Amino acid sequence: MTDHAFGFRTRALHAGTPPDGATGARALPLHLSTSFVFDSTEHAAELFALRTYGNIYTRIGNPTVAAFEEKLASLEGGLGAVATASGLAAQLIAVLSLAQSGDHLVATANVYGGTVTQFGVTLKRMGIETTFVPGGDPDAVRAALRPNTRAVFTETIGNPNGGVADLGALAAIAHAAGVPLIVDNTFATPYLCRPIEHGADIVVHSATKFIGGHGTVLGGAIVESGRFAWTPERHPLLATPSPGYHGLNFAETFGEYAFLQRARVEVLRDVGASISPMNAWLLVQGLETLALRIPQHVANARAVAEFLRGRDEVAWVAYAELPDSPERARAARYVPLGAGAVFTFGLRGGRDAGRAFIEALELWSHLANVGDAKSLVIHPASTTHQQLSDDELRAAGVNPDMVRLSVGLEDADDLIWDLERGLAAAARVAAVAV
Amino acid sequence: MILTTAAERRALLDRSHTVAMVGASANQTRPSYFVFSFLRTRGTFDVTPINPTLSAIDGVRAYPSLAAYAAERGAPDIVDVFRRPDEAPQVARDAVAAGAKAIWFQYGVINDEAIRIADEAGLAVVVDRCIKVESARFDGGLALGGINTGLLTAKRRVR
Repeated sequence: MTDHAFGFRTRALHAGTPPDGATGARALPLHLSTSFVFDSTEHAAELFALRTYGNIYTRIGNPTVAAFEEKLASLEGGLGAVATASGLAAQLIAVLSLAQSGDHLVATANVYGGTVTQFGVTLKRMGIETTFVPGGDPDAVRAALRPNTRAVFTETIGNPNGGVADLGALAAIAHAAGVPLIVDNTFATPYLCRPIEHGADIVVHSATKFIGGHGTVLGGAIVESGRFAWTPERHPLLATPSPGYHGLNFAETFGEYAFLQRARVEVLRDVGASISPMNAWLLVQGLETLALRIPQHVANARAVAEFLRGRDEVAWVAYAELPDSPERARAARYVPLGAGAVFTFGLRGGRDAGRAFIEALELWSHLANVGDAKSLVIHPASTTHQQLSDDELRAAGVNPDMVRLSVGLEDADDLIWDLERGLAAAARVAAVAV
Repeated sequence: MILTTAAERRALLDRSHTVAMVGASANQTRPSYFVFSFLRTRGTFDVTPINPTLSAIDGVRAYPSLAAYAAERGAPDIVDVFRRPDEAPQVARDAVAAGAKAIWFQYGVINDEAIRIADEAGLAVVVDRCIKVESARFDGGLALGGINTGLLTAKRRVR
C-alpha cells in the first residue's frame, strides 16, 4: 500500500472498489442479500452492540452499498457516507440525525420545491420548524438563527433559479452559532464543487441526477466531514445518552464518527429509507465516469445558454456564468469549472408561449427530472404548477414564462437546432397574443 | 519513531500481537471498553487490561500496572493508552521500562512530553488515532460502514 495522494479520476474508479477479496472479481460484486450470517453468537452480540464492524441487514448496510458510500465520500473529501433511497430521504435522515420536535432549522429560500414542502410541511408537522431566508443573504441567515436551531441548509446551485450559495460565509455564520452547515450538492456534483473544502459539514445528494447520470435509478447519500465538534447543549441527539441505543453517547463513544454512526444505526435503521444494492451498484457505474460526463454537460449548457441569450424570443437567461448574472462572482469562486447544466430562462409571451415551445420540441424530453444524459425540459406554469394563477405562480417563486432546462450530452448543434424550432413556435403564439 | 502514515500504522499492526491497554474500562458504554472488546473478539491480538481497580474484563485477567504485566508476560508489542493527556508522560515512562515496542495514544491523548519520551527510547509512536479504527481500516471492516478509508489498490486482498 502507499500514501500517494490520488487524483479525482483515479478515486472515481478505484476508491471503495478494490478487487473482491473473496473471489478476485474486478468489477464490484452486486450483493443482493437482505441479511448476512453471523460467525458466532458472540460475533452477533458484538455487531449489535456496535463494537465491531460487519454486515447485519441491508436496511442498515450492505457491502455493495458501502462501496458506493466510500467512493462518494472519497470524491467529496468526507469522512464517510450513508446512502439512502433518494435525495429527499438523505435530507430527512440528515435532519433527523440532528433535530427533533421543538427544534429549528434555517434554510435558504432558493432550494428545491420538494425540500420546501419536506421542511415546511412534513417536518413542521413533526414539530421541527424551518425559517426560509429569501435570497440566501448571509446576514439574513445569521438573523434567523435561534437558540434551538440545529443546522443551516442550502444548495450549492439552487434548483431551479441557479443561485450559487456563498458556502464560506454560510459556514462561518453556522459555526459561530455552534451548528453545522448542510449543503445539497446535487447540481454541482463533487466534480464541480466539494462543499466540505469550503467549510460545509454535511453534504447531501440526490444521486438520482448527475451521479447516476442516465435517468435510471433513484438514490441519495449523506456525506459528512467528521470535523464538527458536537456539544451536549446544541446537539443533544449526538452528545447526550440515546434511549434509541441503550444510553449510548454517540459523540463520546465514536468521536469523529458520531454523526455517521447515528445517521446509520439509529435514523436510517428506524426510518427505513434504504437504497437497493442494485441501485447503489448502478450509481457506482455512474461515479466512475462522472469526471468525463460533467465537463460535457457543462460545455453543452454553456453553448445553449449563449444561444438563448442572443435570441429576441427570450426575455432572460439565468445561467450563473453569464456576464450579466448576479451570481457570476460566486460561481467563479465555488464552481470555477462550470455552473452545472441545469438552468432556467424566460420566454416572451407567457404561459401560452411556454406551452407552444414545449410542444414544438423534438429532441428535448418533456419530463420532471434533471441530470439525465439526455436533455430535459419542463415549463412549470403549464405542468407542475398549472393549477395556479399567474399571481399565485409569482408568489410561489415561479414566473409564468419560466422554462427549466437540464442540458444533456447530445451534440450541442442538435440541441440548439431543436430549441430554434421551439422558439419559432413560441414566437407565433406571442405574436397572436399581442 | 513517530508513525504518521497509513502504511506505517498498517505495518505496526501486522507485526504486533500483544496489546497492553492502559485505562481499559469494564463500563460497556465507555470507548475503551468498545476498543477492548473489539480487539479481544477479533482474534488476532492478545489484549490485556492494565487497570489497578479491576481484576478482569470479560474473563481476561487485568494487571495493576505495566510493570506487573511485563514481569509475568514479558514486553508487550503495543501499549495502548486511554488516559488523560497529563498522565501520558508517566505511562510513556512505564511503557519504556516494560520494554514495549510501540506506544499508541488514543484519540485526544496528546502530550508532547509523552511522545518525546517514547520516541527517544526508540518506541514506534502513534498519536491521536484509534487502534480499533485503524485495525478496521486495513481489514475491510471500516469500508463496510461506508467510511472513506483512503486506501486504494487494484490488488486482491484476502481478509
